[in-house]
Amino acid sequence: MTVSRSSYGLTALVVVLALLPLALPNPFYYDVAIRIAINACVAIGLNLLIGYTGQISLGHAGFFGIGAYASAILTTQFGWPPALAMVAGAAGTGLLAFVVARPILKLKGHYLAMATLGLGIIASIVLVNETAYTGGPDGMSVGGFSLAGWQITGEHAWYSVVACLLVVVTWFALNLIEAPAGRALQAIHGSEVAARVVGVNTTAFKVRVFVLSAVLASLMGSLTAHYIGFVTPGLAGFFHSIELVTMVVVGGMASVFGSILGAALLTVLPQLLSTFEGWETVIFGLILMLTMIFLPKGVVPTLRLRFAKEEK
Amino acid sequence: MLQVNGLSKTFGGVKAVQDVTFAVRGKTIHSVIGPNGAGKTTLFNLITGVYTPSDGEIVFDGENVAGATPDQLARRGMSRTFQNLQVCMNMSAIENVMVGAHLTLNTSLFAGMIRLPSLRRKDRACREEAQRLMNFVGVGKYIKSHASQMPYGALKRLEIARALAAKPKILLLDEPAAGLNHTETGEIDALIQKVAESGVTVVLVEHDMKLVMNLSDHILVLDYGKKLAEGTAEEVRRNPDVIAAYLGASA
Amino acid sequence: MLSEFLQFLFSGVTVGAMYALAALGYGLIYNASGVINFAQGEFIMLGGMAAVFLTEAGVPLPVAIVLAVAIAALVGLVVEKLAIEPAGNAEVVTLIIITIGASLTLRGLVQIFLGKGNHALPPFSGETPIAVLGATLLPQSLWVMGVTLVVVAALAWFFGRTILGKAVLATAYNKLAAQLVGINTRFILLLSFGLAAALGALGGILVAPITYTSYDAGIMMGLKGFVAATLGGLGSGVGAVVGGLLLGAVEAMTAGYISSAYKDAMPFVLILLILFFRPQGLFGKKTTDRV
Repeated sequence: MTVSRSSYGLTALVVVLALLPLALPNPFYYDVAIRIAINACVAIGLNLLIGYTGQISLGHAGFFGIGAYASAILTTQFGWPPALAMVAGAAGTGLLAFVVARPILKLKGHYLAMATLGLGIIASIVLVNETAYTGGPDGMSVGGFSLAGWQITGEHAWYSVVACLLVVVTWFALNLIEAPAGRALQAIHGSEVAARVVGVNTTAFKVRVFVLSAVLASLMGSLTAHYIGFVTPGLAGFFHSIELVTMVVVGGMASVFGSILGAALLTVLPQLLSTFEGWETVIFGLILMLTMIFLPKGVVPTLRLRFAKEEK
Repeated sequence: MLQVNGLSKTFGGVKAVQDVTFAVRGKTIHSVIGPNGAGKTTLFNLITGVYTPSDGEIVFDGENVAGATPDQLARRGMSRTFQNLQVCMNMSAIENVMVGAHLTLNTSLFAGMIRLPSLRRKDRACREEAQRLMNFVGVGKYIKSHASQMPYGALKRLEIARALAAKPKILLLDEPAAGLNHTETGEIDALIQKVAESGVTVVLVEHDMKLVMNLSDHILVLDYGKKLAEGTAEEVRRNPDVIAAYLGASA
Repeated sequence: MLSEFLQFLFSGVTVGAMYALAALGYGLIYNASGVINFAQGEFIMLGGMAAVFLTEAGVPLPVAIVLAVAIAALVGLVVEKLAIEPAGNAEVVTLIIITIGASLTLRGLVQIFLGKGNHALPPFSGETPIAVLGATLLPQSLWVMGVTLVVVAALAWFFGRTILGKAVLATAYNKLAAQLVGINTRFILLLSFGLAAALGALGGILVAPITYTSYDAGIMMGLKGFVAATLGGLGSGVGAVVGGLLLGAVEAMTAGYISSAYKDAMPFVLILLILFFRPQGLFGKKTTDRV
């Protein structure tokens, strides 16, 4: 039954996250783990949109970048407390997503892809050009994250924070999928006209999940800004958007744990390839093509089917 | 229950439905027949809000609903199935049925995410009801299956279960027997009668004449988008225009 | 005033011609398969880069141009054979991602083997600008517009007068029907990719003397080519040309009159507007889904 399966998964996740620090020998590994957790949260949100609801977004990094820069600018240039800046960034992103969602999500297939792509690119161009606020192509530095006097310092603290966040986001996502709202979203993917005739307001649901995933991306962007201490326009760029989509698609569409796996794979990969400039792009491209051709459902769903067949 | 007046739909130069008027009485089984291309599915799509009429009115349960969207019509108690099977192959069989009850459940994203206990309770009840419906339509053995694993005939019945999950006042079935063999058609016949007996008004589009003549209280015949004849099975069977339309004018 | 406007117009139409060729490429592939080829930009880049390296290796310019187009066409065929065909009848999302993967692979390979530098192709017939009504027109611009005109005419002849061309059109209208009358739609798709790559490459070569080319030049050019195609109406030949020229002109006007920093954003603002208000573009057809 699906209910107990996701409880197993969630428990396993908590165990892994709790025990992982024992296996991480130095700050570099912590850094990778933290980045994986952040990417996983974004990927889970994006998967709700792409895998479950069957839409597509090739500009999600735009939302991530807006959150990152909102935090950067509001804390550095206006002296806002980081938590408030993060919430403001998320609210702004949510509003933007809400405004563009309705007209954009009327489109389908490649039209939708292009529209989201256009959005993402406009966002990154704005970030590059508004140099007075954003520091232009070179980016700007950001202070640390503190809440009510307590500052997150050091890799252990950051790890604990993002690991907890990942567990919470996973739990939310798993709950959502099993709930009537989750079924409505999947029905939109399965057959939009069928969803409509059973009473699902398909436009409203698509908008809601779009805004939800955008806000999540923005929150993670804000956290990333404080964690790294520096933001560049590349955070909102086309390549980052593609990376995020790749995480969802390779890990597994319509699979929460698939997104976590995808995030892990695609965060570690650039680290491994960082010495081989140029090859990173090539291998990325090859992974995308090969996965889509041979494992169109992604890694986790394909494995799940394989094991289900063997059980019979 | 349902009254259609002067309904028309034009696509570019094609007059798919022209000035059709008919009435469906509550708690009856009403069929719409006609040669291929007569406009039956278009008529269905107009009534269920998938298409917007070019002209005319559709009065459902006392209200003019022409131009209403499918989800608004669902709220008013209208359910339908599709000729070319619109089952969500990305979901399990029971989830497909459960989504039929969408309007009766708490569909807030937020409530879903935090697993509100009241939501969970109602969901469990919904699941049990869905199981009951799957048994009612005869696909009980697929309760634990995924939609993609089910054969065509079972999927057709699953769609009916989904349509019934909303406890509709009226159920529109678009070619429920399409692609089914003799035995399966007999099963559908029995199922439709069961549905009608449970108090739901049924309107169906069908090609299988035996099924239609057997089941229907009232029949509407369409040809080239226009109403050709209307009446009981006996009346329609003997109508010379109907015979001519199906068999050719010289017959 | 006029001379300034003309100046912008000339540079706009020049770049617009390249967008038009790219848009034709998108339309070809879309018509044959419904796929949006995100690798189209890389074909444009390949043309320019190949031509540059061939001329630097001593190959005479005309030969280099022909070879570069041929190389790009070949790469197009390979991409179709190895990436698109194996995917079979996959969903739109899947195919989009495959072409994105192909574009990344191509770009990465060029980056590795040809480096990250900027390169310029020598202008075809010198650099002396021609004065027209107070504005200057580069001779290369004339080449761009002239060759594009010839190509468009040739394509019109191909689609209107040859059996093969008509077969391509038939596949675009109704793939199944085309198969039923004996058209090998797989071959048509292969041909479309090759032709689209050749068109893109040609555009890239023509403008390489004006705008430098580099391994990552393909991204923006490809995306803008797609905007042009959508603007004109995806799948429409006339639309592709009109869309390309229009986009080029609008971009140049934005750079000239508003701000050159935001010139790159304008195509994407345009595409959002089009997709919101008239998704089928200027010359495309509206479609309804049959249920």
